[in-house]
Amino acid sequence: MEQIIATVSQLNGFIKKTFEANPVFSDIWIKGEISNFKKHYSGHIYLTLKDEGGVLKAVMFKSSAYSLSFTPSDGMKVIARGRVSVYEASGAYQLYISEMLPDGVGELYIAYEKLKKKLEAEGLFDEEHKKPIPKYPSSVGVVTASTGAAVRDIINVMTRRYPYAEIIVYPAQVQGAGAAESIVKGIEYFNREKICDTIIVGRGGGSIEDLWAFNEEMVAYAIYNSEIPIVSAVGHEVDFTISDFVADLRAPTPSAAAELAVPSQTELMRKIEDLEYAIKTLLVSNLKNKKLKLNSVKLISPQDIIENYFLRLDASTKEIINGMEKVISINKEKYVGILSRLDALSPLKVLKRGFSVAVDENENVIKSVAELDEKKNFVLRLFDGERNCRVINKKEIGE
Amino acid sequence: MTKNFEASMKELEEIAEKLSCGEISLDESIKLFEDGMKLSKSCQKILEDAEKKVNILLEKDGEMKKQSFESEE
Repeated sequence: MEQIIATVSQLNGFIKKTFEANPVFSDIWIKGEISNFKKHYSGHIYLTLKDEGGVLKAVMFKSSAYSLSFTPSDGMKVIARGRVSVYEASGAYQLYISEMLPDGVGELYIAYEKLKKKLEAEGLFDEEHKKPIPKYPSSVGVVTASTGAAVRDIINVMTRRYPYAEIIVYPAQVQGAGAAESIVKGIEYFNREKICDTIIVGRGGGSIEDLWAFNEEMVAYAIYNSEIPIVSAVGHEVDFTISDFVADLRAPTPSAAAELAVPSQTELMRKIEDLEYAIKTLLVSNLKNKKLKLNSVKLISPQDIIENYFLRLDASTKEIINGMEKVISINKEKYVGILSRLDALSPLKVLKRGFSVAVDENENVIKSVAELDEKKNFVLRLFDGERNCRVINKKEIGE
Repeated sequence: MTKNFEASMKELEEIAEKLSCGEISLDESIKLFEDGMKLSKSCQKILEDAEKKVNILLEKDGEMKKQSFESEE
């Protein structure tokens, strides 16, 4: 078999690929003690994790180091999560840390993360499953310890804000062995008896161990299966438990849960007053609108009608008179014109100029000598009178 | 009683909405107005007359019994 000669880079590259192909190395939790802790000015953290048997180089980049909830230092026992890969330039494998926790808390945290992932996959956190919290509950069930700040805060806030809702406390054990079972019993009790509209499940602040019951799977399922909407209120604002994710509403603290569960009396009073005011003004504006509509269809009074007719009559009369006058004056002009033309054509005028007209006994005008036989009588008309005449002979003039 | 309160609040809101949409008869708007005023008064009365009721459940002979809750300060 032929021997292959590889370069250093090729080998390191190959080893890196081998590491990255292994799913175990892609997301792993490592327990160890910090040594050689160094925070680079760039914000990246370089350290070594060790135990009795060995050491592991590790780096936490700025983006992950930013979310550290504690300040790591040499000698501290921690649990780190990350992926294992090879830094080719130095030929060394190392842990690329994404999360790091002080040991002790670490194991619980891992359990929490695991359960969270599992329940999320099972659909327990689905938004569609979440029920709306009743606006005006008549009764609120509270599953919490009967002593301590949480129950007192809830009662104080609720009675101050909304005194007409009944508060029913189910005294539950909220920490230690049997706590989860006790909380589940409380939720189931309210669901069975149906004596409240909303349930608040929670407790006051404490260590992660103290809050642990709210990270138990059975509590998560009891919340999920509750037909009554649930507000979860565990610990302080910074504490997130599985219950918070499953609940229909997460309240940062027990007091906040009480505020979210019931409306404020003062705000309600104001709301009622606002609605009352709105109804009053709306009625007034509706009435005004109706009145306006009514006015627009109002009938005209008889007096108005008569006055209107008078006006129209006056106008027509004037028009008629004007028209008549116009007709008269036009005709007058015409008449004068005709008269003058008649005058010009008058035969009298012609006769005046020395002409005369001859007519027979029948008053027919004689237009030709042929009509004038010898001895024929005719009348010769001149401008100032007429004379009876007789034709002497038919001799032509100039013959 | 508080169930009534929720229903009354809802009705009150609906009346305001109906009145605001305009297209209703004169009779209807006056009726809505009267109903609204009644509801508003009854809601206010419920709020004013409310009494605190805080109970705790205690187990007695295997049964849960309601009992007035005395907060220990």
